[in-house]
Amino acid sequence: MAYPADYRYTKEHEWIQVDGRIGTVGITDYAQNSLGDIVFVDLPKVGDTVEAKQSFGSVESVKAVSDLFAPVTGTVTEINEELKDAPEKINSDANTTWLLKLELADAAQVDALLSAAEYEKFISEETGH
Amino acid sequence: MAETTTELRKTALNAVHRAAKAKMVDFGGWDMPVDCCGLVAEHMAVRTAVGVFDVSHMGDIQLRGPGSLAAVQQLCMNDASKLAVGQAHYSAMLYPNGTFVDDVIVHKLSDNDYLIVINAGTREKDVQWVRKTIGHMPGVHVNDFSDYYTQLAIQGPRAAETLQKLTSTDLSTIKNYWFTWGQVCGLHNVMIARTGYTGEDGFEIYIPSDEPTSARVWGEVLDAGKEFGILPCGLGARNTLRLEAGMALYGHEISDTINVFEANLGRYAKLDKPEFVGREALLEIQAAGGPKRRLVGLEMIERGIGRDGYPVFSLDGARIGEITSGSPSPFLKKNIALAYVPVDFTALDTEVAVEIRGQQVKAKVVPVPFYKKPKKST
Repeated sequence: MAYPADYRYTKEHEWIQVDGRIGTVGITDYAQNSLGDIVFVDLPKVGDTVEAKQSFGSVESVKAVSDLFAPVTGTVTEINEELKDAPEKINSDANTTWLLKLELADAAQVDALLSAAEYEKFISEETGH
Repeated sequence: MAETTTELRKTALNAVHRAAKAKMVDFGGWDMPVDCCGLVAEHMAVRTAVGVFDVSHMGDIQLRGPGSLAAVQQLCMNDASKLAVGQAHYSAMLYPNGTFVDDVIVHKLSDNDYLIVINAGTREKDVQWVRKTIGHMPGVHVNDFSDYYTQLAIQGPRAAETLQKLTSTDLSTIKNYWFTWGQVCGLHNVMIARTGYTGEDGFEIYIPSDEPTSARVWGEVLDAGKEFGILPCGLGARNTLRLEAGMALYGHEISDTINVFEANLGRYAKLDKPEFVGREALLEIQAAGGPKRRLVGLEMIERGIGRDGYPVFSLDGARIGEITSGSPSPFLKKNIALAYVPVDFTALDTEVAVEIRGQQVKAKVVPVPFYKKPKKST
């Protein structure tokens, strides 16, 4: 499964696509596959601040709860309201189903994240294949 | 995730599950499939069509001999003297204080032959308990046949049609909780029981546990069910199915710290039997006015999923209990749970709060089972 080259990635399986000062955040295909059928997404509110590497919400499948970790520090400008009633969209297309958009506090934080190639290497090491 | 199969036990179908790319999990020391093709798809297949489970990890204890009925009667709380040959019932082995060693299904194979099917996670404990408790009684031999069988559960409204293709036994003659022996997939003397853990109609078959036979039968069941949309099912769906059906899981709703009345299983404890382990404790609990806490069903009424172990609070902020099993319900599309609460909180529609990651989220008491299979109009 291809991981878009223009995204950056975390070891907690979030992605961020940056456009100027706005970052769009989602979870990776690897994450949605591990979770199984997603039934519930818990997101912050517009205007909330999220801190890099801190939990900002959670994604739940029938079997498990998984914390969401912010790739960078920022202020929430938009959340994906569709996920309230149709969280399974993440399973269908993790790469384009976004969770929230942030105004970045410090664009330089993005440089510390993994590239698509680095992320693919990371997950292949984690799973052993 | 790192593979740690070296210490885990495996059923005869382990290689088959892994080849089919099932997601595997450690269940009570067993390397078992939790998800074969998606939990929700598997759950819905069982509710609307048919699914097949490998439940070979469960245990089988045989009590054989002229003293076997007396031994079963001493060991288990239900009344096995009421069983006919070919009949089974739900029961439990209790500790002297009225709490659970395990819940079981007792099968009467003949006047001198009983099969007790036990949980996977409690196999060794149960066998030791049985030997210790009744091993001295006259005329009874205890045999652990757990590794002897591969056990498949074929469950759902189309389960009978699926299995009928593989056996000459007329399955319509087997009533619920009865069993017989027949030819299945060319194998002779296979025990075919109309039992299960899903709340649907279905069968459990007990076949020899060598790998080639097990793999062949598993494949034939999947082929037979193909036209109905059969799916191989894992422990994830097994859990959501039994939860919707309000069925207890050892270590959750029943354990060595929970008594029969707390678990709402008093109807299976036949106190008019002259003797069984735990009987006196149950009589004492009754004499003292019954249990102080009871198992209830909860339905989340505010947004959130109450899960195993989450604390339950009264609406004025006192912690009153805990969820034993909680999950989204794939069929009912609600978030449901079983929980222990004080008897004052057990009335239907009582509102409580479940603490979910620091937040108090409202739930209400609802009837159990949450799901009942539709009645067939015959």
